[in-house]
Amino acid sequence: MKTVALDQLKTGERGVIQGYQSEEDLHYRLKELGLVTGTQILVKRFAPLGDPMEIVLRGYSLSIRKQDAAKILVRLQSAD
Amino acid sequence: MIKNNPGNKMKEIALVGNPNTGKTTIFNALTGLRHSTANYPGVTVEKKIGQTQLPGGEEISVLDLPGAYSLLPRSLDEEVVHDVLLGIRRDTPPPDLVLVILDANNLERNLYLATQVLETGIPVILVLNMWDMAKKSGTTVDLGKLSEITGVPCVATVGMEREGIVKLQQTIALLLADPVAGPTKFSLEPFLPDRLKTELDKIVVLIEDRLKDRPKAVFGEALRLLSDRIFRSPIFESMKIGDLLRTEVLSVRASLKENGIDSTSVEPECRYRAIDHLCGQVVQRVSHKVLTFSDRLDRILTHRVWGILFFIGIMGVIFQSIFSWAQVPMDLLSRAIEKLGDLAQGWLPAGALQSLVVDGIIAGVGNVIVFLPQIFLLFFFIALFEDTGYMARAVFVLDKLMKKVGLNGKAFLPLLSSFACTVPGILSTRTIEDRNDRLATILVAPLMSCSARLPIYTLLIAAFIPNLHVFHILHLQGLTLLGLYLLSIGAGLGVAALFRKTFLKGNRMPFVFELPPYRIPHLKTVFGTMWDRAKEFITRAGSIIFLLSIVLWFLVSYPKDPGVQARFAAERQQVSATLNGEALKEHLGAIDHEQKDLQLRSSFAGSLGKAIEPAIRPLGFNWEIGIGIIASFAARELLISTLAIVHHVETHGEGMTAGLIQALQRQRSPITGELSYTPLVALSLMVFYVLACQCFSTFAIVKRETGSWGWMFFMIFYMTGLAWSASFVVYQGGRLLGFE
Repeated sequence: MKTVALDQLKTGERGVIQGYQSEEDLHYRLKELGLVTGTQILVKRFAPLGDPMEIVLRGYSLSIRKQDAAKILVRLQSAD
Repeated sequence: MIKNNPGNKMKEIALVGNPNTGKTTIFNALTGLRHSTANYPGVTVEKKIGQTQLPGGEEISVLDLPGAYSLLPRSLDEEVVHDVLLGIRRDTPPPDLVLVILDANNLERNLYLATQVLETGIPVILVLNMWDMAKKSGTTVDLGKLSEITGVPCVATVGMEREGIVKLQQTIALLLADPVAGPTKFSLEPFLPDRLKTELDKIVVLIEDRLKDRPKAVFGEALRLLSDRIFRSPIFESMKIGDLLRTEVLSVRASLKENGIDSTSVEPECRYRAIDHLCGQVVQRVSHKVLTFSDRLDRILTHRVWGILFFIGIMGVIFQSIFSWAQVPMDLLSRAIEKLGDLAQGWLPAGALQSLVVDGIIAGVGNVIVFLPQIFLLFFFIALFEDTGYMARAVFVLDKLMKKVGLNGKAFLPLLSSFACTVPGILSTRTIEDRNDRLATILVAPLMSCSARLPIYTLLIAAFIPNLHVFHILHLQGLTLLGLYLLSIGAGLGVAALFRKTFLKGNRMPFVFELPPYRIPHLKTVFGTMWDRAKEFITRAGSIIFLLSIVLWFLVSYPKDPGVQARFAAERQQVSATLNGEALKEHLGAIDHEQKDLQLRSSFAGSLGKAIEPAIRPLGFNWEIGIGIIASFAARELLISTLAIVHHVETHGEGMTAGLIQALQRQRSPITGELSYTPLVALSLMVFYVLACQCFSTFAIVKRETGSWGWMFFMIFYMTGLAWSASFVVYQGGRLLGFE
C-alpha cells in the first residue's frame, strides 16, 4: 500500500502512521495525543469549509488542521 | 508516624485529568457547592478549592487542577499542574493524594497523563469516569486487572449521577490513612531502549537536588527535559545548573541520535507502546458497526449547508437574547436603581454625602448591575454549548474563517462575547492554549462593539441620521448602525491579521482539539458554570467600575467654588420669595440646570475636557464632547448624561432622550454661531466610539490576563491612535467633500 500525507486521505479512508515529514517542536503535542508511529487513523469528515479535518484514533475524535496533517505520513489502508 | 492527629493540617487531595473527562462533575460531586475560586499568584490560571467529608468524618481539602494532556507543559494550565504535582510551587503545597480522572471511553490517550503521574510516586487513585457511556458503547475495562498492573486503586464513576462517589470517598480515606497501601507499580522502563536509560542518568544526577520532595519523579522529569526541544522548561534558565543542563541534554540527544533513537519522539512512542500493552490486558471493545447518536447529529451540525445554517441560527438566537430579551430586565433594573437613588436622595441630607451616595455609589454600582442580565444570558449559552459538546463543533466549523485573519476557531467565542462586554470576552480567551493566538485575540477583543456603545449610536443616529429609505426597503438609520458594527468587526479582524503577521507571528502548538460525543446537558453543571463565571465578572469588573465611578464622581463634582454656591443659594431664595406654584418649580429647575452646568464646566473633568480640546478639534469635537469622552472611561454611556448636563436637559426619566436630541440639533457654537453638532460630527464621534478603548475595566482585565502593563499600554495606544486617525479621516474627508 502507498504512503501519503494524512491530509491527502479522503473521508472514510484509513491509514497507519509511518512518521513525520519534518522535525518540529509543534509536533510533540500531536505525538502526546497519540499520533505516534503505528497508530491507526480514520478520516471521519472535513469541516464545512474544507479545513480542519476530523480524525478518529485510539477511540476518540480529534480536529486537526490540514497544514499539520500534511506533516504526518500514513500508509493508506482500504476504505470502509 | 503522625496519623489523623487532630492538630495536624487538613489533608489535601488534587484532581488531575485531560480536558473533557468530566473532572468538574467529580469535583462537584465530592465538594457539593462548597468551593471557592481564585487565581494562582502571578498567573491567570483558575484555582478551584473545595472540601469533602470522608466516611470516617474527616474533612479534607480538594483541589481541582486545570485540564492537562501531559506533564511536559505547553500552556500555563499545564505548567501549574506540573509544578503543583512536583511540589515546585511555593503557594500550593504538593497534595497528599492525586485522583487521576480518566474518560473510561478513551482510556489510551487518558493513560498518557495518568502514567506520567503514576511515575511521580505520589499516591494515586485512578478514577474511570463516564463509566455508563463506555458500557453503552461496548467498552469494558477490567478494573481489578488495571489495579493489579498499576498497583493503585481504581474506581469506576458516573460523575453526573454521583455513581461511585461513596466508593471513591472510602478509597480516599483508606489511602490517606495508609499511603503505603498503594505503591505504584507501573514503570515505563521495560519499554525504553537500554541505551536511553543509561544516557538519562546523566541528566538525572543534575536535577536530583531540585526534586527532593518527589525523588521518584526524577526519571520522568529527566525524560521530559530530553524531549523539551526548545528548552521551554524554566529549569534551563536556572542560574546554578541551567547552562550545564543545556549542554548535557544536547550531548545526550546527539549520542542517542547516533544510536538511532529520536529524542523528540521517544517518550510518546515508548509510552504509547506501554499503554497499548496495558490496554491489551484490561480493555475489551465490542465495536458495534452502527452509527452512534453523535455521528448522526454531526452529519447535520457539521454539514456543508445545514451545519453553517444551524450555526448562524444559533448566533441569531444569542444576539436576539442579548440585545432584545435582556432589555426587559435591564430596563427594570435601571429603573429600580433610579428609584433607589431617588429614595436615598430623600433620606440623606443634601450635601457632599448625598451626592457621593446617589451620583457616585448607587450610580456606579448600577452601571455594573444593569449589564447582569446580558452577562448571565451570555454565560448560560456558553456553558450550555460547552456541556453539550456543540462548542467544539462551532470551533470546527469556523476555524478556517478565523485562520484567514491569523486567529483560530476558539477565538470566535471570546470575540462574540465581546459584543456584549469586553471583560467576559477576554476572560473566555483562556481556552486558547497558544500564547500568540491568545494575545492577538485579547488585543482585538475591545474593538468588538460592546453593548455599552449601543446607547451612544442610538442617540446620535436618532438625532442626526435622516430617517430615509434607500432603495425603498432599506432604512438609512438601520444601515448606519449596521455599518458601525461592520466597521468594528472589520477593524478587529484586520488588526488581528496585522498583529499575527508582525510581532505575534507563529505558534507554539498545533491547533488541535477534541470533538467529544454530544451529551444531553446537565442543567446543574450548566448553571453552576454560569454562576461561577458571572461571579467572577461581578467581582473583577464590578469592583473596578465601582471605584472608578467614585473617582469620576469626584472629578465631576469638585472643585466647588463657594462663591458660586452662595450665588445660586441666594438666587433660589429670591425666587422662592417672589414666586409660587408651577412658576416656582420651573424657575428652581432652571437654576438647578444652570448650577449643574457651571459646576461641570469648572470641575476637574471640565478642565480636562478643555485641555484635550485642541487634540479633538480636528475630529470636529468641542470641549463638551471632550468632557463626555473623559467621563466615558468609567462607562461609555456616561457620554449621554454628560451631554445632557452641559446642554441643560432633564437627566432623569423618559423625556431625556427626546429632549437631548432636540438640544443637540439646536446647539450652536457661541463663537461662530454655527451648529455645534452636524451629521458629520455625529458620524465622526460614532466612529471614534467604535474604535477607541475607553474602559478602565478593560484596561484592568487586559493587564491581569496578559500579566503585563506593557500589553495594556500597547492596547490603549494603538486603539486611541486608530480611533483618532479614523475620525480625522471621516471629519476632514467629509469636509473636503463638502459635507457638513
